[in-house]
Amino acid sequence: MSSTTLRAQESPGSTRPPQPDSGWPPTPKLVIGGIIAVAGIALVLYLAYFFNLTRVLNLVGEFHPFVQVVLVVVGFVAFVAGMLYLIDIAPRSGKIYTLVRLGICVLVPFAVLLFLNSFEWAAAVGAVLGAGLFLLDYRSRKGKGYLIQLVGFLLPAFLLLVIGLILPSIQTVGASFMNSSGERFVGFDNFIWVFTQPAAIRTVLNTIVWVLIAPAVSTAVGLAYAVFIDKSRGEKYYKVLVFMPMAISFVGASIIWRFIYAYRGPGETQIGLLNQIVVWFGGEPQQWLLDSPMNTFFLIVVLIWVQTGFAMVILSAAIKGVPTEQLEAAELDGTNAWQRFINVVVPGIRSSLIVVLTTISIASLKVFDIVRTMTAGNNDTSVIANEMYTQFKNFEGGRSAAFAVILFLLVLPIVIYNARQIKKQREIR
Amino acid sequence: MSEVMPVEVPVDEQTKRQLQRGERRIEATARKMKRGATSKWATVVAIIIAALWTVPTFGLFVSSFRPEQQVKTTGWWTFFADPEVTLDNYVEVLQSGNSTLDLAGSFINSIAITIPATIIPLIIACLAAYAFAWIDFKGKNFLFILVFALQIVPIQMALVPLLSTFSRGLTIFGVPVGFGLDASGGYAQVWIAHSMFALPLAIFLLHNFIAEIPGEVIEAARVDGAGHGGIFFRIVLPLSMPAIASFAIFQFLWVWNDLLVALIFADGPVAPITKLLAEITGTRGNEWHLLTAGAFVSIIIPLIVFFSLQRFFVRGLLAGSTKG
Repeated sequence: MSSTTLRAQESPGSTRPPQPDSGWPPTPKLVIGGIIAVAGIALVLYLAYFFNLTRVLNLVGEFHPFVQVVLVVVGFVAFVAGMLYLIDIAPRSGKIYTLVRLGICVLVPFAVLLFLNSFEWAAAVGAVLGAGLFLLDYRSRKGKGYLIQLVGFLLPAFLLLVIGLILPSIQTVGASFMNSSGERFVGFDNFIWVFTQPAAIRTVLNTIVWVLIAPAVSTAVGLAYAVFIDKSRGEKYYKVLVFMPMAISFVGASIIWRFIYAYRGPGETQIGLLNQIVVWFGGEPQQWLLDSPMNTFFLIVVLIWVQTGFAMVILSAAIKGVPTEQLEAAELDGTNAWQRFINVVVPGIRSSLIVVLTTISIASLKVFDIVRTMTAGNNDTSVIANEMYTQFKNFEGGRSAAFAVILFLLVLPIVIYNARQIKKQREIR
Repeated sequence: MSEVMPVEVPVDEQTKRQLQRGERRIEATARKMKRGATSKWATVVAIIIAALWTVPTFGLFVSSFRPEQQVKTTGWWTFFADPEVTLDNYVEVLQSGNSTLDLAGSFINSIAITIPATIIPLIIACLAAYAFAWIDFKGKNFLFILVFALQIVPIQMALVPLLSTFSRGLTIFGVPVGFGLDASGGYAQVWIAHSMFALPLAIFLLHNFIAEIPGEVIEAARVDGAGHGGIFFRIVLPLSMPAIASFAIFQFLWVWNDLLVALIFADGPVAPITKLLAEITGTRGNEWHLLTAGAFVSIIIPLIVFFSLQRFFVRGLLAGSTKG
């Protein structure tokens, strides 16, 4: 036999030169590792077959919550470690590794399908996919084990994204054209319903009010604060104070602010700070969260309170990054502080401003927790995200989906604007 | 995840450098306080803003320790004239709740939900981010843009169909392949849902970081015979720890603070504290001694995380908002 045929048999289609070390006989370390990895996957398959995902999780669910946490995290980490080990040995050449590759190529699709809980399908599809995957991998120009590596790294994420985001989003769009039980196609009826009900129109308008006010005010206050404390003594502590609400949940923030807005009749001792201040100045206590349309604004205050810290942190970094030379040059030209701010600092931090405005806009479009906790959407304060949940709870699947689609359509222009902005900036350079 | 995201919007190189410069300078100023160049008025306004942003939380904190009768009849600011401290509110609120769960139990639920829902998506996202950064394959750019685009899909779009997928099973091309999870089966639904929703942003941010690891380092390891698994485990993971840490903090805070996903996926005995609190607010909205204590219980963990890991948190925010 000539040496060329030998080489061809050793590594068909591989770009690597044949390695003198064929991997046979394997080192004890590798054999042990291989046995552990195969045993790990076999265990998973065994569990999948006998219990399937539902039953395994139900079984885990029997334990104390903290034991569950440990079991799930350790199990998951062990699974990933086993997978990484197999990925690592997959590209090596040698008889034993070919067998390992074949094993992985069949086991992985099989395991995935088993996790989806249907044994017959798993057996059939897993075997076919596995054989195909193995052949593809064997002939892959990028070397043996290439596909295994790719699949190992990407498959978990893609499986979750497809099941968790892509398919559901498509289903939601579909559901928005169906009746409430999702059985009959009704065309645009759900959308027509939204835009003919005064309450539903109010909901959409409220969402727009949120997205107009919250980003503008939080960014303005955040920017002012960042400028005012810039280079001052104890800047770090000033920052922490305003930034802290970011860590507080919207539910927590809502309770904090409900307390501030709390109402007691005139003449009684006020326990809400805002009414107390009004009384101190000789006014009548107000029902801040009852009277429309002002109540929506008092809800927006909560979001502003939470988001200003975010704006401040980003803008503060941007301001400090404005080149000192530019500021000094402007100063030599005899400009005052305000002119320097408008003509040098603001243009310098423009794209950070856009980032902040965009982020807070998207957050205000999706605002849910604040409205849910503070007014539950009563007294004309509802927003799209809250109405979507309310309709879902009332078994109005179609209307709920229609609200979700409207929300998506409202987010879309903001994102498109950003994409174009970036493209423009790239072209300028 | 209606909280702030450390955003999706890519920014040009120049701004990125500018922000990094600013970030360095922030840390520098923290070390040696520069002489203030700000005017008196600016300082006054800054102090007013700082007070406006701090007083609400402070009021909550003070109220939660006042006796029930006083909380209900006088404002918390009278505390300073007549200080009286009690822990009764906490004892009472931890035992209150609905028929299946009390607040203490939901606090434990929050911990049990948050830890796996932080670790699992991080690991999966690291794997995918590595593949996008360092493995060549056809359609890589297309897939990456797809993942990027998924960030703009409001999770509201996905919630209800995902719930029915969990309960009824998955159908692909009309063929039921099953994916059934029992609604009563504990935390699994919430873990999986949070993991799914966190992925697009996590992959995107970690990819930006992992792609910046110098190619020579990876090449050197490859020459030494390491496969992708070895490179990932021994080089990429240790080098990306700062990015992983800052995203972990974010994910932790989101999951802990989340209400929407919890309302849909975590029912009955597995509900987290945010859900219980929202319920208590709805049913006993004027029991201020309970609400203030309950709210403080729910924000104590995020505040500890925030104050101890603040530096990473800010760094993650800045990285997220500018890299692209």
